[in-house]
Amino acid sequence: MDNTQLLLALSTALFAIGLAGVVIRRNLLVMLMCMELMLNGVVLSLVTLSQQAASTTGAVLVFLVFVVAAAEIAIAVPIVLLLARRKRTLDMDAFTDLKG
Amino acid sequence: MQQALLWFFVLASLAGGLLMLVLRHPMRVALALISTMVSLAAIYAILGVHVIAVFQVLIYVGAVMVFMVYAIMLLDVRDPSFTHRYSGYLLPGLAGAAVLVVAFVRGLAGSTPAVMGAGVGTTFDVQPFSVAFLNDYWLYFELTSVLLLAAVVAAIAILKARRRGNG
Repeated sequence: MDNTQLLLALSTALFAIGLAGVVIRRNLLVMLMCMELMLNGVVLSLVTLSQQAASTTGAVLVFLVFVVAAAEIAIAVPIVLLLARRKRTLDMDAFTDLKG
Repeated sequence: MQQALLWFFVLASLAGGLLMLVLRHPMRVALALISTMVSLAAIYAILGVHVIAVFQVLIYVGAVMVFMVYAIMLLDVRDPSFTHRYSGYLLPGLAGAAVLVVAFVRGLAGSTPAVMGAGVGTTFDVQPFSVAFLNDYWLYFELTSVLLLAAVVAAIAILKARRRGNG
């Protein structure tokens, strides 16, 4: 297995672990962190392939993804804290009334 | 040597990811995620993409995860979601993730190895990156600053909503 395949397999594994974490964990903050793990897996594949192609475009795209992730966390964490203050818990089952 | 280091950091990031699924307390999950992110930064450095490695440490570990750790410390540790780890979707979630991994890795193993050689050993220094960034992609740079401004305004709006909800 050469390095590119190894790194792409790792990025798939990280994405799948993050997806499993979002589905199986109860705590809202842990789910948020698993989403970050999924994003990291995708970024790893992007970096690997852009390093293969020797292009700076991929690096710029990765930088923009980082900025978007930072903005996402800056909004998501206050929302989670707001939900936790309203329901006094971070358990996912407490938020079933958000279903449409 | 480099190959051994690459394998070490690949296994370390995988172990950190798996620990995120089994650890109970969110603070430990956050520390596992931080170790995964640092291992990924090391992988980027081994690949020669130093700019991205620095950004990974600065933005992800330095900003995002510190914010997350602060949020965890603000919360009540007697929360029932801290003691019961898994929701009712434990088996379907794990099965779905396993199917995803097996399908992707089988597809990867069946494919012909990518054309190596062209980009191997290319280093991404700060200078070519920043020249490309500010010459060709200045519009996206400005758009990200607009996005960050929107995020700041949204965070302040959420804070206001919280105060109104309490008062």
